[in-house]
Amino acid sequence: MALQSLDIARRSATTTEMPRARETTEVAKLIDVSACIGCKACQAACMEWNDIRPEVGNNVGIYDNPQDLDDKTWTLMRFTEVEEEGRLEWLIRKDGCMHCTDPGCLKACPSPGAIIQYSNGIVDFHQENCIGCGYCVTGCPFDIPRISKTDNKAYKCSLCSDRVAVGQAPACAKACPTGAIKFGAKEDMVHYAEARIDDLKERGYRNAGLYDPQGVGGTHVMYVLQHADKPALYAGLPQDPQISPAVALWKGVAKPLALLALGATAVGSLFHYVMKGPNEVSKELEEEMEKEDAQ
Amino acid sequence: MTNHWVDIKNADLVLIMGGNAAEAHICGFKWVQEAKHGRKARLVVVDPRFTRSAAVSDYYAPIRAGSDIAFLSGVIHYLLENDKIQHEYVKTHTNASFLIDPAYGFENGLFTGYDAEKRGYDKSTWRYQMGEDGYAKVDPTLQDPNCVFQLMKRHFARYDADTVSRITGTPKDAFLKVCGMIAECSAPNRTMTILYALGWTQHSVGSQNIRSMAMIQLLLGNMGMAGGGINALRGHANVQGITDQCLFGESLPGYLHEPTEAEPTLEVFLDKRTPRMLRPGQMNYWSNYPKFFISLLKAFYGPSATPDNSFGYDWLPKMDGAYDVLAMFERMHQGRMNGFVCQGFNPLASVANKGKVSAALAKLKYLVVIDPLATDTSEFWKDYGELNKADPAQIQTEVFRLPAALFAEHEGSFTNSSRVIQWHWKAADGPGETREDTEIFGQLFVRLRAMYARDGGAFPEPIQKLHWPYRIASHPSSQELAREISGYAISDLTDASGNVTVKAGEQVAGFAVLRADGSTACGNWLYSGMWSQAGNLTARRDNSDPTGLGQSLNWGFAWPANRRILYNRASCDASGKPWDPERNVIHWNGKAWGGNDVPDMRPNATPDEGVGAFIMTGEGVARLFAPGMVEGPFPEHYEPFETPLGRNPMHPDVPAVVSNPAARVYQGDMELFGKADEFPYVATTYRLAEHFHFWSKTSKINAILQPEHFVEISEELAAEKGIRKGDVVTVRSNRGHIKAVAVVTKRIPVLTVEGRKVHTVGIPLHYGFKGETKPGYITNTLTPFVGDANTQTPEYKAFLVDIEKA
Repeated sequence: MALQSLDIARRSATTTEMPRARETTEVAKLIDVSACIGCKACQAACMEWNDIRPEVGNNVGIYDNPQDLDDKTWTLMRFTEVEEEGRLEWLIRKDGCMHCTDPGCLKACPSPGAIIQYSNGIVDFHQENCIGCGYCVTGCPFDIPRISKTDNKAYKCSLCSDRVAVGQAPACAKACPTGAIKFGAKEDMVHYAEARIDDLKERGYRNAGLYDPQGVGGTHVMYVLQHADKPALYAGLPQDPQISPAVALWKGVAKPLALLALGATAVGSLFHYVMKGPNEVSKELEEEMEKEDAQ
Repeated sequence: MTNHWVDIKNADLVLIMGGNAAEAHICGFKWVQEAKHGRKARLVVVDPRFTRSAAVSDYYAPIRAGSDIAFLSGVIHYLLENDKIQHEYVKTHTNASFLIDPAYGFENGLFTGYDAEKRGYDKSTWRYQMGEDGYAKVDPTLQDPNCVFQLMKRHFARYDADTVSRITGTPKDAFLKVCGMIAECSAPNRTMTILYALGWTQHSVGSQNIRSMAMIQLLLGNMGMAGGGINALRGHANVQGITDQCLFGESLPGYLHEPTEAEPTLEVFLDKRTPRMLRPGQMNYWSNYPKFFISLLKAFYGPSATPDNSFGYDWLPKMDGAYDVLAMFERMHQGRMNGFVCQGFNPLASVANKGKVSAALAKLKYLVVIDPLATDTSEFWKDYGELNKADPAQIQTEVFRLPAALFAEHEGSFTNSSRVIQWHWKAADGPGETREDTEIFGQLFVRLRAMYARDGGAFPEPIQKLHWPYRIASHPSSQELAREISGYAISDLTDASGNVTVKAGEQVAGFAVLRADGSTACGNWLYSGMWSQAGNLTARRDNSDPTGLGQSLNWGFAWPANRRILYNRASCDASGKPWDPERNVIHWNGKAWGGNDVPDMRPNATPDEGVGAFIMTGEGVARLFAPGMVEGPFPEHYEPFETPLGRNPMHPDVPAVVSNPAARVYQGDMELFGKADEFPYVATTYRLAEHFHFWSKTSKINAILQPEHFVEISEELAAEKGIRKGDVVTVRSNRGHIKAVAVVTKRIPVLTVEGRKVHTVGIPLHYGFKGETKPGYITNTLTPFVGDANTQTPEYKAFLVDIEKA
């Protein structure tokens, strides 16, 4: 499925050229936190379109439900009460995959084709290639991927790549009743965000701004924040997200050097040890995996 | 809504008070965002809780639940005191200049004419001074001490900012800030829209809450204006429709009155309902009452309704007392009602004081529940442990559950808050043995009619004479019903010169052609024209909006007469020029009224004729002084029946006026009101974005999103009571208790009222013992069985509880 679309920009653990017959417009989802009322219609739409149903949970004293992302919860409203300049604010942020331009999950992934990035910027997981190692979880600076306890595969928001491929907006954007979620060309979304930021500044939010962190090359899910200077207010949105140094080391410098100097297996094991501690995956599998990676 | 959803985008200031649009009207809330983003409108929220609406507001002011009239009266005082009213508008379009009987007065919290025993008023002094010409006297200078304007000034002078703050708990600076923002909208080219819902209606002073705001909108000159109006956001997709169509047991379709025992003949009934003109040259629209009423009787009884039998008036039930929802359950509770057909209604969960409702249902011989879901009500008799204690062996009520099709499983129409009637089409067949509601009633009717034919009966005519012209008698179609509701000519209708204008059998174009002679039939005059000779206008889906004002006149059909903004004549000055040329709703073009809406005015009434903009009143103007209200022509602050103060701060020494002196309280219910010493906290109930009444708890996705019953309290109260977030707590009123999870939040403000702290306990209501959500208690176990004096809508929004860790 993934390669059939012929617009792949990157593929995990793959060094061969990507099919680039098609080039698509870079897209983005813009989430205007200042216009979000936390109705969770996006969560409902996500569950319906992707046909996923987490368990009916409990109320634990907050509005967040389910309480965290999981293999069947790919997006989640996180509610935070803060007092800024003596004024109570109820900040409601839709959490989920940011679809980084420079995706830490993809870089960390040792399984060929388990994670791909389309030329439009969407980062997609392909579970048929996923080995459940969890490197993507470690590689993600936003703590998004989750490993299913049922099938031991990693899951996260696909930005409705299936919908986008046929010219539809993601289900959450389609369902959002207040227009807080917009979807389109990234360039257009940045432009729209500018108008929203001007409006917020005019209303007294001096530090209103766009969250499109450059540490991961920018993202294809962006936020308009009332307090862009303090992203951590929004349920711990990272101030300056970076791919974990271990992943950067692994893919950036260490890997080519290692391939020259050492057996790939050793580095792979070292990397695995650094990232995950002693593993329980069979050594044989690990070796085979790393060999594939090295090819 | 006097205006409509899309029109919210035209507002300069959006006030949300007595409602929580972002939570309960999510889809419509997009128009608030449109106003903010497109017009730079400001959003102000006044609420006992920092709500989802407040989360996206420009300014939030807290208020004690049940003190809205004090707040709004303070706003009226502020506008009058600071001269922030639209003078020309007030003079032209309100009864500010009308002179009131000098015998009218207000003292110690009571208006003249109070009868303590009856808990009601003799309103004979609440009237205009009448001139020898038979019309009400006016003083255009507004100086006469008995003119409405001067009476208003005196009445509201008591509500200064300090007093308001003392009663409402709203900090004085916050109150003044809101006043200032509202006052800016007195400029002719600035409008405020007010969005309210059950947060205003569900009080023992609910109608006066809304009236207070109507007065503000009149003083600001905002009624009839684009981006203005008084906008009730309705709940169910079609609650506007069922209200229009006579959901309320005391009215007939189109808000025509249900006759009472005091009106034995059609003549007496119509004479009482057909008002006289109070000022010269007015349209006095209700003078058409007989046309609407007799056309309705023709729709009911068809050929059997003739002038000789008063068109079947005798076959209508004549009310012997109240039949609002509280009155019905009171009757049931007293054993005076033994059968109940409960259609699309879950009273065990939704009516106040579940204990009383449950006891009442247990006294029935039979209960018929027509619903797509197995409701809590249909299992009131079943033991669910502490969530619903019941002993089936002791309950003799026979319960019939008739599964009904859902809205998407049949065609029909919805009427939304904008008054726009929209046709909808069937998407799928209902499951199993479900039937459309029309078929359930059709089947019931044909069987009853056959039984009367076979066995006779004490009074068979109302059933036997009922006009039932449907192709399949046991299953009238929605289309047939819609055509009947819209109305048709029974015989040829002719104009003054004898030309036939509407042929027999044709659909009428609107209520203007209805007749009182039996030549037309119309099931609801308000909806007349929705299905004309041009076809089903409610099925139109043309959203073109050539002027950008958002009127879209070819989308569906708005009642009345496809008018989108009510009182739109008031958007112009006396000469017919729009107050704001940028937002031109209608105007006088020299020959006729026209523009972006169907004029709320006789189209050829020249401005010189002085026909008033408020055509439904005999005065032709809007009423700042409104004698129609049960508890007084002006609003006055009364405490909720369960008050944390124990006295009315406006009249601290008058026990009779602590709470609404004209509200009906049944014997036994007064004793069940709790006192602040035992129940020290103010409770208020509400809805959540994730749920819809008691329906969505049966839906998996909604259950995932908000799975379990909770209550919200402030951090301060939590600390005081040793409650941590996530703890299970018991909330107790004098009528019962519930248990739920505590949400401890900064969003529940702690207020200072009359020098003491008032804590609020917020209680969502969606949970019950049946459904996909975690089994829970029914919130209305706690609420008091007392309603608004005018509408009897129960006081769900302000009562007293105690709370403790379970």
